Amino acid sequence: MVEVRVVDMRLSEEYEALRKTVAEFAHDVVAPVIGELYERGEFPADVVRQMGRLGLFGLPFPEEYGGMGGDYFALCLALEELARVDSSVAITLEAGVSLGAMPIYRFGTEEQRREWLPRLAAGEVLGAFGLTEPGGGTDAGATRTTAVLDGDTWVINGSKAFITNSGTEFTGFVTVTAVTGQRPDGGKEISSILVPAGTPGFSVAPGYSKVGWRCSDTHELSFTDVRVPAANLVGERGRGYAQFLQILDEGRIAIAALSTGLAQGCVDESVRYANTREAFGRPIGRNQAVAFMVADMEVRASTSRLAYYDAASRMLRGEPFKRQAAVAKLVASEAAMDNARAATQVHGGYGFTNDYAVGRFYRDAKILEIGEGTSEVQRMLIARELGL
Amino acid sequence: MNIVVCVKQVPDSWAEKKLNPSDSTLDRDSVDAVMNELDEYAVEEALVLQEAHGGEVTILTMGPEKAGETIRKALSMGADKGVHVVDAGLHGSDAVATSAVLAKALGTLEWDLVIFGIESTDARMSVVPAMVAERLGSPQLSFATKVDVADSTVTIQRQTEYGFDTVEAKTPAVVSVVEKINEPRYPSFKGIMAAKKKPVTTLTLADLGLGADEVGLAGSWSAVDEFAARPPRQAGSVVKDEGDGGVKIAEYLAGQKFI
Repeated sequence: MVEVRVVDMRLSEEYEALRKTVAEFAHDVVAPVIGELYERGEFPADVVRQMGRLGLFGLPFPEEYGGMGGDYFALCLALEELARVDSSVAITLEAGVSLGAMPIYRFGTEEQRREWLPRLAAGEVLGAFGLTEPGGGTDAGATRTTAVLDGDTWVINGSKAFITNSGTEFTGFVTVTAVTGQRPDGGKEISSILVPAGTPGFSVAPGYSKVGWRCSDTHELSFTDVRVPAANLVGERGRGYAQFLQILDEGRIAIAALSTGLAQGCVDESVRYANTREAFGRPIGRNQAVAFMVADMEVRASTSRLAYYDAASRMLRGEPFKRQAAVAKLVASEAAMDNARAATQVHGGYGFTNDYAVGRFYRDAKILEIGEGTSEVQRMLIARELGL
Repeated sequence: MNIVVCVKQVPDSWAEKKLNPSDSTLDRDSVDAVMNELDEYAVEEALVLQEAHGGEVTILTMGPEKAGETIRKALSMGADKGVHVVDAGLHGSDAVATSAVLAKALGTLEWDLVIFGIESTDARMSVVPAMVAERLGSPQLSFATKVDVADSTVTIQRQTEYGFDTVEAKTPAVVSVVEKINEPRYPSFKGIMAAKKKPVTTLTLADLGLGADEVGLAGSWSAVDEFAARPPRQAGSVVKDEGDGGVKIAEYLAGQKFI
């Protein structure tokens, strides 16, 4: 018999059990408290602690480092289910794993791994990744922060902007990219260096006043003659930028999963509302104008899910996935934005209040078209992959 | 100390439930199935006791093949193994028949404690733990808000309308727990992966030596003669406060026999 290979997008029993567990957690633990925290712009410390106990921060790491022995796709499923209820909580997990712990796991020395990973995987400590600077985001090569070796100590000077999880009570360190010299071709030699929280000269500015993601912790950081041991170099000297790019490709799949969650959350909320809210003697969902809007939302959420499942499965199989990751990130973040707009419309005036989740979704959606590479960057990457 | 936790798969408590018109049993296909929420407290309590005293935690369930999912969930929370009584003849079993099956199944296992959730969210009889204890001839400690085990003595706290009871018995014993007792853990992904490799034994009525007439619709002592859909919810009444709002509310509550 000829073996026929067909695409099978069903989740295995274990992935499905994980998805259900996180969905339950989001419904029981996150949903009841997040609205108030969001209005106050407060970091959800208690929720994060419980996410830690549930093992979410350890999902893609092996058990020998205190992880759950899962993979990156397991993380994506968790992100989708969390973001279906709230994006601030989801991005805290995404940044904690992808940007905080992953560089240590991927590029760190065995000693760094042993020191940090078990606590990172347990969610007891959050790591942050300091790449973006006040003068540049996408143009990572324009790094101005410097690190100079003084004997066996790095001396770091400069500042970083929009750094997630950098000022929480859990924050253990920030891995910063810094110029450590000149490459033979004259370009900047960029390296990553781990700076523990509380190191003298490392200061954390008060949090940004953000439009959305209001429970996510984001700060500008400054470094003035910050001294850390030479052993705090993460990965190879001069490979800081290249390492970062590798992390970023994966991160796009994670953001696509998170965006899919937001897009799906808009569907969930709109279906519930359209079935219960009555106008002119019947539920508004019986009106085709509303029903079609919700149907289109479902189309966008499902398409986004397929796109990120595809990118993630390629990545797990060890195949190139740069293009698929960019496609997934682009399609899902635009779906999130479109669905948030439509869901708010379905809710009418109530959608413009903070009493319904869709208002929060609306505020949270826009950043998805900006962070982890703007939509323009994704189009550029896709075009480049196509040979244009 | 070995513990058996009896769990039941039920329709999602938030879902609209329907009965089959043909035999007046629950239509299980029309709704999502989950572990009875009140059983999660029983599983959690067993795991807490195991952490303190060692031994094995076995999950016992009776139900169609799909009910195996509920065993799997308890295993992913950390229990060691499962026993699933599955047989077409079980369909339609009431509390009396269910207790007969569980008692027989418990007879095949070694245990010091059997723990139940206080009731199932579908049938809500709250009698199966007592019936099982009676059939086994074991002491029953019901409605526990706290369970302590020392040597071969189990002590529970119970809150009643009249005060607080402390009840003690020698093991082996049957305990039922209320939701105040603990906060059930969520299964971790590591737990989910590990659960796949944990053993689950299936038993049939023949394995338990039970005849078809002792269980299922035929062996049940209760039967549903007829049923009707719940009437639609009535609009609430609004009490307008014209200086006598308190009195009006009190009169309403008294009229409903709430006070």
